[in-house]
Order: sequence, then structure tokens, then C-alpha cells
Amino acid sequence: MSEPILSVRDLRVAFETRRGSLPAIDGVSFDIGRGEILGVVGESGAGKSVTGSAVIGLLDPPGRIVGGEIRLGGERIDTLPPERMRRVRGRRIGMIFQDPLTSLDPLYRVGEQIVETIRTHTDLSARAARTRAIDLLAEVGIPAPERRIDGYPHEFSGGMRQRVVIALALAAEPELIIADEPTTALDVSVQAQVITLLKRLCREHGTAVMLVTHDMGVIAEAADRVAVMYSGRIAEIGPVEAVVRNPRHPYAVGLMGAIPTLTQGSGRLAQIPGAMPRLTAIPPGCAFHPRCPKVFGRCRVDRPEPIRTDAAPARTGSDPASSSPSAVACHLYDPDAADRPAPAGGEPPVAFHAEPLQVR
Amino acid sequence: MSAAAPYVEVDGLRRVFDVSKPWLNRMIERAPRQTLKAVDGVAFSIARGETFALVGESGSGKSTVARMVVGLLPPSGGEVRITGISMTDPRQAAARRRLRARIQMIFQDPYASMNPRWRVGAIVAEPIRAFDLIQGEAAIRARVGALLELVGLHPDDARKYPHAFSGGQRQRIAIARALASEAEFLVGDEPTSALDVSVQAQILNLMRDLQDRLGLTYLFISHNLAVVRHMATRVGVMYLGRLVEVGGGREIFVQPRHPYTRMLLDAVPDLAHIGRSRVPVAGEIPNPIDPPPGCTFNPRCPLANARCRSEVPELRNGVACHAAEEGRLPA
Repeated sequence: MSEPILSVRDLRVAFETRRGSLPAIDGVSFDIGRGEILGVVGESGAGKSVTGSAVIGLLDPPGRIVGGEIRLGGERIDTLPPERMRRVRGRRIGMIFQDPLTSLDPLYRVGEQIVETIRTHTDLSARAARTRAIDLLAEVGIPAPERRIDGYPHEFSGGMRQRVVIALALAAEPELIIADEPTTALDVSVQAQVITLLKRLCREHGTAVMLVTHDMGVIAEAADRVAVMYSGRIAEIGPVEAVVRNPRHPYAVGLMGAIPTLTQGSGRLAQIPGAMPRLTAIPPGCAFHPRCPKVFGRCRVDRPEPIRTDAAPARTGSDPASSSPSAVACHLYDPDAADRPAPAGGEPPVAFHAEPLQVR
Repeated sequence: MSAAAPYVEVDGLRRVFDVSKPWLNRMIERAPRQTLKAVDGVAFSIARGETFALVGESGSGKSTVARMVVGLLPPSGGEVRITGISMTDPRQAAARRRLRARIQMIFQDPYASMNPRWRVGAIVAEPIRAFDLIQGEAAIRARVGALLELVGLHPDDARKYPHAFSGGQRQRIAIARALASEAEFLVGDEPTSALDVSVQAQILNLMRDLQDRLGLTYLFISHNLAVVRHMATRVGVMYLGRLVEVGGGREIFVQPRHPYTRMLLDAVPDLAHIGRSRVPVAGEIPNPIDPPPGCTFNPRCPLANARCRSEVPELRNGVACHAAEEGRLPA
């Protein structure tokens, strides 16, 4: 098995506040292999963006890493001094954020910004860097790049700006790209273009991508594997096909049922009662238990650890999915749990019922 | 009004915004006035008890249509009639005033659409007081409590302030407020776009339950095609201020005819399309200040010919497309 590009083990991030230390990320582990796109989904407050910020070392205070480790190509990066981490960012980890306008300086031509990035991280001459910048713009699909390179960000449309940001992220040929909601600010037709571009670049350069988004449709189309986050923990992780078609964790089951799709008719959507708990009031045991239809005694006291669910864990080869197994953090799948309500098999044991409106 | 007449009729609706530079700049730079046709000749009707959805990308004019339908924005041309009463004709002002109570709007951002200094009880009671529907504080309080229960909240929530509620709960309060004046026609402008998916499902289900129980009519504005598929009985697709296709909810999604509708449906990332690769349609929405001549979709359309580049297609049989009219559509 080849070494994963990014390896996160038992990552814990806390926000120190006057009311104590709030656990935003609580024991998150995952790997991303070469050329692999890992989708990280969850609702607002699940901790998906914080995970991305922790990996690139840009946690906003008062947030800080309080445990676990992050390795990039085998080298530990969460303990690097800020000055060394600054050289890793941009050079070895590229970043794409939601709003392309805030990632670009409105006062500089886009070419100057790309050339600056290239020259900061490589020893190319100014002339060679400019040629490389034009190549990059061409690669991300900007028409007439030799002319557009001298344009200012406001002269580009939203989709074209996001392409420029992707070119910036690729400038130093990083091993890993963190893309935080890269298509959320774009219209659907442009969003499709950006997803296709991201997938092609990832394949051609062998870049590992951590794709953070709330849009399950984007994940289904772009990602190889997906991690579903809830209350700062990974509820379920596995190949995208398995998690979308046959989710195991009751939260993932509810989430998939709640998403309206184009193919299904217009019946009622499954709904999960309630909302995600606030950081100040994460319930004991499984954080999902107050909303879970399959809750049993142990869920209220015992925090579930990730349980491997793939049949052949020792698979080897070039398959990127094998670098990390599927896992689900739910007591329903623990073979040792004697009092669980239903046997855990391949089938999701949970059915969400669409309850009719209560008339009182 | 006969029973067969549509509840809402929109006819030739137009809205032009003046986006000129300030007068002094125009004089110095000799720049002409500039106008933006946000909505250009939109016509549709909504039957009682139906959900009509307008979809389109940003800048297509769908929100402008919604604001004109409820009367928040005067149209530049055309007419909106609700239960036969014109929303613009000054001679029908008295009838319109009575109608107003029955039309309500639900906005996208539940954080911006409520006064943070008012208690929820006062927010929900505002339409009751404004239209003077119920007399006596105790009666109003009872009605507010019933409304909060109707949308799945507790009557005691009336004493709290909006900040104590999550986005989904605030959207429930907004729906309770909309229903307070015994509204029968609700216009939702992206009512679930700011919500997480599991909360979105709760609100969409609530809106459908209320429609079934109270016989509400909805005009539903959204950019999310999957949500529209789920909610709408009929759908209108907008592109650059014009309706390009209108049809039943199922037909539009199963057998789209306009090339733009087809492109849009093809572009939506969907759970059913795991790992698919495809050739996305090139190009973006043109600048609405300077739209292309002829059919505004022609620069992006794979079927465009000379006629499409010069002649604006009319909406006929539910689709505004020369290729569809000439039978040039691929199956």
C-alpha cells in the first residue's frame, strides 16, 4: 500500500472561550491518497471547514489543535513553527476558498498574483514564471490567457475568477489541495464546469484533494471517498458509492433521505427531527443519540468508536480507496454490543418515517 | 370570479432598471443612459391550490417577478391579477387592500427578515394587528399560540426573541407570520436556500402539509432544481428575464424541451450521478445590460442558427425556442 499524501490521526481542535474549552473537532482520523478526492460533508457547525483550516495551519484564534497529528507525505506538519508552515502552505498545500473575490487582491493584475506565487515557491525567473502563469491559465480553461493575464480580478466573471484561484492553487504544483466550498458561490452550469476541471487536474497531476462542501450532489459527482461529519466527529467514511447508495450510520441515512433529487418523484422527504447540537451542549455518548430513531441504552453513555465495515481490510494495490477503510461510528454495528436492537448487516437498519403534521 | 379562473394571472410583465452612471459622469463621459431589462414580457398563471415554481440562475429575473407579484415593486409594464383584481389599476385600490392580507411572502434569510428586538409573539401578531383582524389581546395571544403550534413550535415560544431560534425554527416563525393574516397565497423567494439539508427537508415537508390542510397556493422561487422537482406542480424556467419554458412539474424534468432547460438539468450535481464524467456546457449567463440579439441563449446553444441570432422566439406551447418550433430538437 502506498503512503497516503495526507494522514490525519485523532485530530482534536478546541475553541477556548470564557465558558470553557469547546470541542469543535473531537478525534477525527482519515487519509487521502495520491490523486484521490476525499469529500468532507456535513451541515453547518459539523466541523468540516475547521478540519480544513487545521490541516493548513490557519485556525482562527481562539481555535487551536489540542491533540492528534497531521502528516503530509509522512512528515508531521501540525507541530511546525509558523515560519516553516508558511512555506508548506502554497508550496505543498494549495487552497481554494468559497468566494474567489476574497482570495484575489483587487488591486493587482491576476498575472502578477500568479507570478508572485510561482516565484515565492520556485526559483524561476520573472520571464519563465510569466510563461508558466500563462500555461496555468490555459490549463484551467481561461480563453486567450496571454491577454487575460493582464486583467484585474473585477474584469473576470465569477466562474472565471474561481478558475484563476484554482490556477493560483496549482501554481507551485502542490501535493494536496484543500477546497472549501469551491462551487457554492457559483451558478449550477458554472459549478459543473469547475467540478469537471477539478477532477481532471486531480487526475492529471496526481494531486490529493480534500473537498469540503455541504452539497452532497457535488460530492457524489466529484469525490472518490466521502467522510460524513457530525458534531466534530466522523460519523461514517467510505467509498462515495457505498455511502450515498447504502449509508449505514443513522445520521447518514437520514441525511441522504433528506436530499431532494431530480430523479425521484415528489413524495415526502425523510426528515431528521431536531437540529445539530451546539458546541456548548454536545450530548454525552453518541452526539447524534437525541435525534436517532435507533437509539438504545449504550448510545447515551458510551461514545462509539469508528468500526471497520469493509470486508477485506488487507486489500493491497493501486486502488486509492484501499489506503483507508470504510468505517462507521455507531454502536449498531458493534458485534460485541449485546443489547443493540437490530442485527447489523449490509442493509441500513434504519428507516425514517415521514410523520404527518401533528394537529393539536 | 368563476371557479375555473386562475388564482394568479401574470400578463406581459416587464421591469426595467435604470443602471446609468450619475448625471455628471454621463455629461463628462458623454455616456448614454443605460437600462437593464430584468424582466421582459413574462406571462403565466397559477391555479388555486397549486405550487408554481420559477427556476433560473442568478440574474434571470425570478426574484424580480416574485416582488412584482406581491406588489413590493411596481412593474414597468404588463399586469398582475390576483383573483381577478389588478395589482396596479388605481380604480381597484379598495378591493386590492382587502386582498393584500391574503398574500404573504417568505424570504430567503430568516436572520434578516425579523426584527431582533421584537418578541416572536409580536412578530407573528403583526399582520393580525396591521389588518385589524382580531380584537382583544387575549384573542390575539390565543391565535398566535395556535399559529406557532401549526408550524411545529410551542405556544410559549411567543415570549422569546428571534436570537433564541435556529435558522430552521426562524423560517417556521416566518411561515407562522405569513399565515397570521389568513393568507391563501404564499410567495417563497428561496425559502430554504439558507438552511442545511436536514432542516430544509423539515421546512419543505411543513410547507406541503400546510398546503394540503389549508389549500394554500404557492409561488416558489428557487435556483435549486431538485427542490423545485420536489415541490412544484408546474414549473417556469427563466433565462435573462424571459420565460423560456413552462410546463407540468413532471414533464419539465422528464422531457425538457428548451435547450437551456436541458443544459440546466444536465449540469445539476445529483446523488444519482456518482463519479460521472461529462462535457459541461461552456459559457456563462451574458451581461443583462447588453444581452445578445435574438434568442438570449443563442451564444451557448448547440442548436442556434441564423434565425436564433436575429429573432426573439415567442413562448408557444410552453416553450420559447425556434429549434423546438421547427422540429430541430434532438430527441
